[in-house]
Amino acid sequence: MKITMTHGSGGKATSDLIANIFAKHFQNPVLAKMEDSAVVPGAATLAITTDSFVVTPLFFNGGDIGKLAVCGTVNDLAVSGAVPKYLTCGFILEEGAETEDLEKIAVSMAETAEEAGVVIVAGDTKVVEGSGGIYINTSGVGFLADSCCVSAANCAEGDAVLLSGNLGDHHAAILSARMNIANTIQSDCAPLNDMTAALMKSGVRVKAMRDVTRGGLATVLNEFAAASQCCILLNEERIPVSEQVRGFCGILGLDPLYMGNEGKMVAVVAGEDAQKALNCMKNCKYGENAAVIGEVASGEAETVLLNTLIGGIRILTELYGEGLPRIC
Amino acid sequence: MNELKKYLKDYDGPPLNIMEVCGTHTAEISHCGIPGLLSENIHLISGPGCPVCVTVTDYIDKLTELSLAPGITVVTFGDMLRVMGKNQSLNDVKALGGQVRMVYSPMDTLKFAAADKTKTFVFAAVGFETTTPVYVMLLNEAIKHGITNIKILTSLKTMPAVIDWVCENQGNIDGFLAPGHVSTITGSDIFIPLAEKYQLPFAVAGFGGEQILEALYALVKCRGKAKVMNLYPSVVTAKGNEAAQEMVKKYFVPCDAAWRGIGVIAGSGMILRDEYAAFDAGSAELTADHIHNPKCRCAQVLTGAIKPTQCPLFGTECTPQAQQGACMVSTEGSCYNYFVNKRKA
Repeated sequence: MKITMTHGSGGKATSDLIANIFAKHFQNPVLAKMEDSAVVPGAATLAITTDSFVVTPLFFNGGDIGKLAVCGTVNDLAVSGAVPKYLTCGFILEEGAETEDLEKIAVSMAETAEEAGVVIVAGDTKVVEGSGGIYINTSGVGFLADSCCVSAANCAEGDAVLLSGNLGDHHAAILSARMNIANTIQSDCAPLNDMTAALMKSGVRVKAMRDVTRGGLATVLNEFAAASQCCILLNEERIPVSEQVRGFCGILGLDPLYMGNEGKMVAVVAGEDAQKALNCMKNCKYGENAAVIGEVASGEAETVLLNTLIGGIRILTELYGEGLPRIC
Repeated sequence: MNELKKYLKDYDGPPLNIMEVCGTHTAEISHCGIPGLLSENIHLISGPGCPVCVTVTDYIDKLTELSLAPGITVVTFGDMLRVMGKNQSLNDVKALGGQVRMVYSPMDTLKFAAADKTKTFVFAAVGFETTTPVYVMLLNEAIKHGITNIKILTSLKTMPAVIDWVCENQGNIDGFLAPGHVSTITGSDIFIPLAEKYQLPFAVAGFGGEQILEALYALVKCRGKAKVMNLYPSVVTAKGNEAAQEMVKKYFVPCDAAWRGIGVIAGSGMILRDEYAAFDAGSAELTADHIHNPKCRCAQVLTGAIKPTQCPLFGTECTPQAQQGACMVSTEGSCYNYFVNKRKA
């Protein structure tokens, strides 16, 4: 069935759509009450975030817009040191969207939410003119321990920089889908809260964490270097990129350091804890390719340097220009 | 490799200016941090090898005009979107309702044309010898399948004439890192007349950091000698891809071409033959060039007369967010490369 303006009327067609797709797949006691607000137990300190998802195509190797909408918000909470608890989701549907697609997306959201241990407690649906597009906003609430002090401003000389796995998979998967290039590159789209929780619990002194999304690794580390007024030095040979993505980048002239990811994080930890943090990441479901990729070094503040494969030094700035539009 | 690196770092002979002509080389030199591996007596300068940077404003104006015309969609590589014409860029007219689609491959134009026969799709065909065969493929396919709603607006350039211009007018170059991709099509022999005329070494190089270092080493070693060295033999031959050359000749003839900041250089471009004129969206006579900021030194940057950092606008009025000249727009532009990599040398 195709979505029509009637599905956004607020009347019977809307309530049927909600009942048949969203309530059916997101079912939980809070949502089941169908009140105007979700009323849930809380914590003393909350982490709150919101993100909108406009990716095209809606379905791609390794994921879809629904999985992305859950992972993106869960990961923003997780890298803040919080335990993600609740999500809300707003759907903006263009006329002509297929309800079959919408249901597939809802199923994917429900599965991902279950894996991440979050509950979708509120939602909204609107229909606008257009040609079948689907857009999702998710907001998230996480509980934060009082002792948590993870911040981009905490990096200090001697700290180690870790990356949780291969760069560029999501970007390459989306681009492959758009260009009709047949390959087996899968988006890395995944919830990272298991990994952040394991790191925080392990006793590793975690200074800063961030998921490496649009703008890529170089942009995230520039944010750390600016917030902490420090110099970050990376080793190119230690930065994990799969052979296939490396080849893909070579052909299209892309730089993995600036490519978007949806299931990768960077962590800055106390230098002495580097090995422990690496073991911890590697033991997590999405961390098998984790690596220590560099350190916070002495040097000019607000600078990110890369020791290149041939022994040169490259200064890495934040991403300039558009990157790839509508990647998430 | 270590010996070679030591030689390049310790070189204390006469100061040398080595020009890399290709924008992809410029980008890779920055990405590998090569300037820091060289002696202070070896200077790398970027040449006019970024197709977007050398395109005149007349051409952009024609594209924006076409995109606003009823029934026409302009199809382009992404880098072209932000380049300013006299008053506006393709991105600007897109926001005003201009029909513009960005692609990674010109062949996508075939899909668009087949899907909507009521529109004409005009591909912004810029590039050097490497890219021209792709436009040949596009036209070949269009003819083969009877697709008539595709045209190209060409601003196609060829390397030898502009290198000749640089040698003639600049005169401070001691060697050329010759473009690997272009040479794949043209063959390395194409540089022999230039090497002999100006008694200079040319090294055809691949695009890896080590390949670039090997080529620089060869150029320093052969300074002052008329010599063409093919250091990219895995893909480049002396004669090049003759099948591609023949196909290009079938569709295109050499023409005089206008270069941003340089002017018209005789025989430095390619244009569709008369018998294929139906596919041309109006490429002839696009020669006027408008300088937006009188302080912009793009012309000297393009020909290697100055380094990007020597332009008074660099990093102040001219940044990737607010470009005053085309060299700051393209990811292969020398100013863009110097800026985003904070290059000094």
